Amino acid sequence: MNVHAETCLLTQAQLLDLSFMEHRAHLLAIAAFLDRLERAQDAAQASDDFRLTALRGALHELVSPESGRVVRAQMRLSDQDLTLLDLRGSQSAFGAPQREAGPHSLDSEAEQ
Amino acid sequence: MNYIDMHAHMISRTTDDYHAMALSGCLAVTEPAFWSGRDRLGPEAFADYFDHLTTFEPARAREYGIAHYAWLCLNPKEGEDRELTRQVLKLIPAFLERPTVLGIGEIGLNRVTRNEMATFLDHVELALEHHQLIHIHTPHLEDKYKGTRVMIEALAADPRIEPGRVMIDHAEEHTAELILAHGFWTGITLYPKTKASPARAIDMIEMYGSERLIVASACDWGPSQPLAVPEFIFEARRRGHDEATIRKIVLDNPQRFLGQSPKFVAPRPETALAGR
Repeated sequence: MNVHAETCLLTQAQLLDLSFMEHRAHLLAIAAFLDRLERAQDAAQASDDFRLTALRGALHELVSPESGRVVRAQMRLSDQDLTLLDLRGSQSAFGAPQREAGPHSLDSEAEQ
Repeated sequence: MNYIDMHAHMISRTTDDYHAMALSGCLAVTEPAFWSGRDRLGPEAFADYFDHLTTFEPARAREYGIAHYAWLCLNPKEGEDRELTRQVLKLIPAFLERPTVLGIGEIGLNRVTRNEMATFLDHVELALEHHQLIHIHTPHLEDKYKGTRVMIEALAADPRIEPGRVMIDHAEEHTAELILAHGFWTGITLYPKTKASPARAIDMIEMYGSERLIVASACDWGPSQPLAVPEFIFEARRRGHDEATIRKIVLDNPQRFLGQSPKFVAPRPETALAGR
C-alpha cells in the first residue's frame, strides 16, 4: 500500500509526456558513466571504491517494485552512524559513506 | 508571482542578479552568514563580513525594490575551530541590534564532529539568550542524514526550544519528514547536483504537505541559480498546482516564519519595481 498514492496531481500519461525524455537522458548518462569507468586506465583500481559501491546499491533501488525508492537510494548514499567524529578528516563531503552503518539513537524509527 | 528567497548569499552574487530577481517578482531575500570558500584569517574578518551583510547588501538590494535581511553566525565549515568560535561569538551580540538582522544562522554541522556540535550548541545558547529566530544548515551529501538526526535530537531534548521559531534547511527526501514531525520549519533548497531540484521539491510538498515548508535558492559563489524560486513556480504550475498553493510556499510561509521577528516587515507587492 503506497501511503502517498495519488498525491501527484498529474496522470501517469501526463507525467510521461512532460518528463520522459529528461529522465531517459539521465538514465543513459549513468549507463555511459558506468561504461566509461570500465574503459578507464587501470580499470580495476577503483572497482571497490566506496562511492561506486554506494552508487551500485542505489541503482538496485531504482528497479525495486516498492515505492520509496528515492528515500532508500538516499540512505544508501548516507552515513548512518550517528556517532560524532573526534577528528574531522576533510572539510568537504564525498557523496557516499565511508563508514559501515553504526549506532543509531532514534531506534523507534524505521531506518531502511 | 511575487516571492521571498529565504536563503540567498547575495554577497557572492552580482548586481545583475538583483536586477533579474526583481524582474521575476522577488520582494525580499534573507541572507545567512556562510563560508566564503576559504577559512577566514581571524575574527576581524567576521566583523567586516557582518558589517557588509547589514549595510552594503541592504542598500544594494533596495536599489531594485528588494528588502534584504541577514542572519549572523560562524558557519559550520569553520565551526571546527573552537577558539575562533569563542572570539566570533563575542562579536555577534552587537550586530544583532542592527535593524535588518533577523536571527542566528546558518548554524549547524558540516562533517558532524564533536567540535562542530559544541559550536552549534553555543550558537543555540546565543539565540536563546537574545530571543532570536534560528536558521539551521544541515550537512551536505552523505553527512546530511546523521547531521540532521543529531541536531534534532539535541534540540528536541531542550525544553527551551520552540520548534516553530527554528528553520531547518536543506531538507531532502530522507530528512524532510523527520524535521516536520518534530514541529520545525523545513527548507528545501533548489540547488544543482548537491541538493534538490524543483521537481523533487514538488514531490516532497505533494507527499508531506505545505505546512511549515519553504523553498529557497541558497545561491552563492558555487554553481547555483538565483532564479531558482521562479523556476520552482514554473515547475509547480506545470505539475498542476494552483496559484494559492504555490503562493503559500513562496510568499505566505516565509512571511509567517520571518514575521516572528519584530524587525521583519512584510513586503507589499505594490512596492515592487517589477514582476508583479
